Amino acid sequence: MTLLNESDYLITEKDVDPEFKDLIMANGSESLAICYQCGTCSGACPSGRRTPYMIRRLVRKALMGLKDDIISDDALWMCTTCYECQERCPRDIKIVEIVKAVRNVAAKEGYMAKAHKMTGVYVAKTGHAVPINDATKSLRKEIGLDELPATTHSHPEALEEVQTLIKATGFDELIGYDWASGDLKE
Amino acid sequence: MAYAYFLGCIMNNRYPGVEKSTRVLMDKLGVELADMEGASCCPAPGVFGSFDKETWATIAARNITIAEDMGSDILTECNGCFGSLHEANDLLKEDEEFKSKVNGSLSEINREFQGSSNVRHFAEVLYNDVGLEKISEVLEKELNLNIAVHYGCHFLKPSDELQIDNPKKPKILDELVEITGAKSVDYADKMMCCGAGGGLRARDKAVTTSFTKEKLDNMTAAGVDAIVDVCPFCHMQFDVGQKEVNEQYGTDFAIPVLHLAQLYGLAMGLSPEECTLDKQIVDPTELMNKINAPKAEE
Repeated sequence: MTLLNESDYLITEKDVDPEFKDLIMANGSESLAICYQCGTCSGACPSGRRTPYMIRRLVRKALMGLKDDIISDDALWMCTTCYECQERCPRDIKIVEIVKAVRNVAAKEGYMAKAHKMTGVYVAKTGHAVPINDATKSLRKEIGLDELPATTHSHPEALEEVQTLIKATGFDELIGYDWASGDLKE
Repeated sequence: MAYAYFLGCIMNNRYPGVEKSTRVLMDKLGVELADMEGASCCPAPGVFGSFDKETWATIAARNITIAEDMGSDILTECNGCFGSLHEANDLLKEDEEFKSKVNGSLSEINREFQGSSNVRHFAEVLYNDVGLEKISEVLEKELNLNIAVHYGCHFLKPSDELQIDNPKKPKILDELVEITGAKSVDYADKMMCCGAGGGLRARDKAVTTSFTKEKLDNMTAAGVDAIVDVCPFCHMQFDVGQKEVNEQYGTDFAIPVLHLAQLYGLAMGLSPEECTLDKQIVDPTELMNKINAPKAEE
């Protein structure tokens, strides 16, 4: 048995998507390219202290084009977008924009949690990620506010506008929203 | 002074006492809050920003066009809405190509993003436009409380874009709190995130809860009577999340949670019921007893 040319442990060309870096730079941040891997970001990250999320590694892998590796990793979703990494980055890299751009690619490839899709469902259905309920309706009335806020909740035509936009950008297709049932397909 | 009042979701649909306190406060201060008829979710930056930048910016742009039609700047008292709307507004003002893409979708509903409104945060408007002195004049009651101020993430950061205060050692909220007579107590890792943002609360609640536990431990060590925030999402995380911390860790945290507007509500003499504090998870009775206790003789 020889380890000569053993490639299981190595990153090789087949792992690299040569266009990924440019995509993240175009949609996230140009500054991705100038990261020198100092690790200040990971030192600042509250998620990194309690989960396998390693922001320095994520940035490096994005730069190397290791698309499949990072978009399939659950840890990608441990960022709270608190901006501590970005505030401390000595290269002024827009790290949170990079995370969001990588997540956009992950979502397009189907890596979306059901709980997140449901946030989209509520907005498509009501205009609100957190819609009103009966308890809050009567509470609003009790303290002298309008029972319904002056939002899409009071304006069906405004909700239609939001729905038109969700169709125009294809967000309904992305999350698999079923207009007939007002829920996810399946 | 007049603003287009952006409600968002969590405040108006879960914590209406924040909205009530805000309306009473602004009325007393002579600041007009005009309703943004037909506004929607900002949309939620954690999910919409993470899933599809174009959808996120398009729904945000629709909300902004409502304020543009009113000829007003937007005022919001949620860090999440502030972050979403402010970032989308800046992006669309700077990136012509992206703007025409977004406007392409908006044309289907006869709207067009112009870039004529600014997006402002309630606390920053109070501090910079109204001023501490004027706010003090409408506060009737001195609140003898020790407060853990929670800034949240998207009120001050990204700081190069927002330029509201120093994100590492800010003072704006502490000063806004202390004009009520309360003391803003320093605590370890004060600037740390509550744990709810970026979609984490929906994705992995146990991780979110561990953030909140760390914050509550540090606040407790400093000895505080209440938490004051300026974001309904952080607010919900400290209120509902406090119960979740107690379940996950077997603790018995019971620190009342106030949005800055509710703190001012109490200082203006509104009842805890009018501020809907009695409907929150953490019971405000002890807090109210402390507020109403006769001042100790000196």
